[in-house]
Amino acid sequence: MRNCLFLALVLLGTLAMTESARAEDSFITLASTTSTQASGFFEYFLPLAQASTGIAVRVIAVGTGQALKIAEKGDADLLLVHDKPGEMKFVNAGFGIDRREVMFNDFVFVGPNTDPAGIRGNSDAAAVLKAIGNQRAPFLSRADDSGTHRAELRLWDAAGIDARAASGTWYKELGAGMGATLNTAAALNSYTLTDRATWLTFQNRGELELLAEGDPRLFNQYSLILVNPRRHPHIKAAAARKFMEYMTSAAGQAAIGRYVVANTVLFTPNYQPENVTR
Amino acid sequence: MKELVDAAQMAWQLVTQSDATLIETVSLSLKVSLLAVACATVVGLSLGALLAVTRFRGRKLIIVTVNALMGLPPVVVGLFVYLMLSRAGPLGNWGLLFTPSAMVIAQVILVTPIICALSRQTLEDLWVEYAEQLRSLGADPGQALRTLLWEGRYSLLTAILAGFGRAIAEVGAVLIVGGNIAHVTRVMTTTIAMETSRGNLALALALGFILILIAMLVNCAVFSLREFRTPRAA
Amino acid sequence: MRPEMLLITPSASETLLPLTCVEVEYRVGEILLLDKISFTLQPGGPSVVLGANGAGKTLLLRVCHGLLPPTAGRVQWGGNFHELKRRQAMVFQRPVLLQRSVAENIDYVLAIHQVPSAQRVKRLRSVLELTGLSGLAGRAARVLSGGEQQRLALARAWVLAPEVLFLDEPTANLDPAATRAVEQLITDIAATGTKIVLSTHDLPQAQRLAAEILFLHRGRLLEHTPAATFFARPQSPAANAFVRGELWW
Repeated sequence: MRNCLFLALVLLGTLAMTESARAEDSFITLASTTSTQASGFFEYFLPLAQASTGIAVRVIAVGTGQALKIAEKGDADLLLVHDKPGEMKFVNAGFGIDRREVMFNDFVFVGPNTDPAGIRGNSDAAAVLKAIGNQRAPFLSRADDSGTHRAELRLWDAAGIDARAASGTWYKELGAGMGATLNTAAALNSYTLTDRATWLTFQNRGELELLAEGDPRLFNQYSLILVNPRRHPHIKAAAARKFMEYMTSAAGQAAIGRYVVANTVLFTPNYQPENVTR
Repeated sequence: MKELVDAAQMAWQLVTQSDATLIETVSLSLKVSLLAVACATVVGLSLGALLAVTRFRGRKLIIVTVNALMGLPPVVVGLFVYLMLSRAGPLGNWGLLFTPSAMVIAQVILVTPIICALSRQTLEDLWVEYAEQLRSLGADPGQALRTLLWEGRYSLLTAILAGFGRAIAEVGAVLIVGGNIAHVTRVMTTTIAMETSRGNLALALALGFILILIAMLVNCAVFSLREFRTPRAA
Repeated sequence: MRPEMLLITPSASETLLPLTCVEVEYRVGEILLLDKISFTLQPGGPSVVLGANGAGKTLLLRVCHGLLPPTAGRVQWGGNFHELKRRQAMVFQRPVLLQRSVAENIDYVLAIHQVPSAQRVKRLRSVLELTGLSGLAGRAARVLSGGEQQRLALARAWVLAPEVLFLDEPTANLDPAATRAVEQLITDIAATGTKIVLSTHDLPQAQRLAAEILFLHRGRLLEHTPAATFFARPQSPAANAFVRGELWW
């Protein structure tokens, strides 16, 4: 009993020490999406940013919807997300300021190489979904209120199909991250919508192939948003701004453009000072 | 099948090369879970002993509640601790969210009912057997309780190991309150979940093997302690 | 012989005996298990509480030992019971041995009574010797044979050299050889001056050990006489039947 207590105190001591040692470093918390983490982008980019700014970034990788919730509560300093309507709502409600569009990639349709719905090479996203819906071909939805999920729902609207009415039949709502959804799609040989970065770095493809791409509506814009320090005074606004400055600087933008997986640039930098929502 | 072989090979490589990230992740896993189990042992054992040897109104209700809490879903605990520690929550100004401390807190909540319920059962059975004898020998209640803890030490140790097993294997709660931040709150289980989502199934499985290995080492250590201490019959 | 054993020395004038029960009753709901029992036990040879199973022997010993308060009446000791509590001990019919060695089981009692460690070693050794357990000192208590376990329980109860020792059916589950060994030990302990209060349903055992008999029948004390008198001329019909072997269980 006494030994247990002693052990607990020692462990508590060491843990407290390691934590206070870390607390002295300057770090910010960035709530971001699973796609940026799963693609390995942060492991490449954050060390470069730290070398330049001295700021360590702790990343919480969740869906865009959850990232916005975390930021709304003040549990993160900065957001890197990809759902413009949701972002604008967040900024307009006063939760965030200084929204900067920093980079983009695109969504692609992947599915079994037998392609039962015949979508291969089709560059019209609405036509792709119409084909899948009419064939009642198996389709997996993230259904996790992420940026990808919100984009997928807008595309179904464009196709004029109420896919969620078919939920549980050919249309399956997973409520899972991008990687888990791709794992499931590989196992069930289903179609799904994914961002290109996660797809390129995904290792467990099974019989899945990239089948359709290229519609402008599949454009996937990532933005930085600073959590409003007036609403949450504890936010490390200065350090977060410094990181934002780096990511939107010429050096930062060039660094983004140099991240290449499988001969493909995963995220294309596109910061324009005029695309800033103050 | 191929994945199993790949995973075993990868696990072997990671261990033999003593991969720096692996060591960091493993040691954080152990630190968090051992600390959580230590705290849960102090609380759970005390409460378990109290419930075992005392009789008061509402005692049975507490026992039923504690037993039921053994089945707490980790995600629910994670969510609860998240809401408490969030900047918008009541303990927000502690600034503990997304730190190892938050993970310890969540695991303490998960593990305490297990240790409490199992030790309560052990100690109550012993109490029925020993209470009169110890009183007759002249032990006061405090001495009697200490005797019971010692007499039941192996069963109690098993209860604590059950708690440790739950803590080290749990992913739902630590993912929510820790955030799986690289080098800060990334532990074995959250790494496994992340690698699975990247489709690195072999690596995820390899890490799973290593996790089992660690759990076995901890159990071996406890078991050898027991072998060493038990007086022989012959 | 005694002074060496008085590890915890009471003030010289204070002794536990005589033990007096005054109209002791023990009631569970409607059932009266002990019915107005009154007697006085003086220092001297073993007092044997004799009776059939269910007569209330175990209960009476527990009440006297202080484990259970009587529901009516009172148990009185010659000295201050609260101070002298440790100077009377009891061996249960099924003693609970701790899961440790023989020596540690005995030492446990010395430890909880805070006997100085120098005396502890000495006392432990002499008790082990007297009970014939020296060779088994390091053995795990729970793997001993029934007779050895019973001797250990006696050693443990006797280690503080109590003035009174209650023994509840000490040989109930033993074979004849082990029974003889335990009875010999009881006689040895009695010879050191410890007052033995023993319950049994075994008539020959009572004849072998008793200096006086308390005959208990259905919760009532029917006779309290010297052993020789009891066995020669039992007064009550129940005792008469019991001695003739007609009232066994």
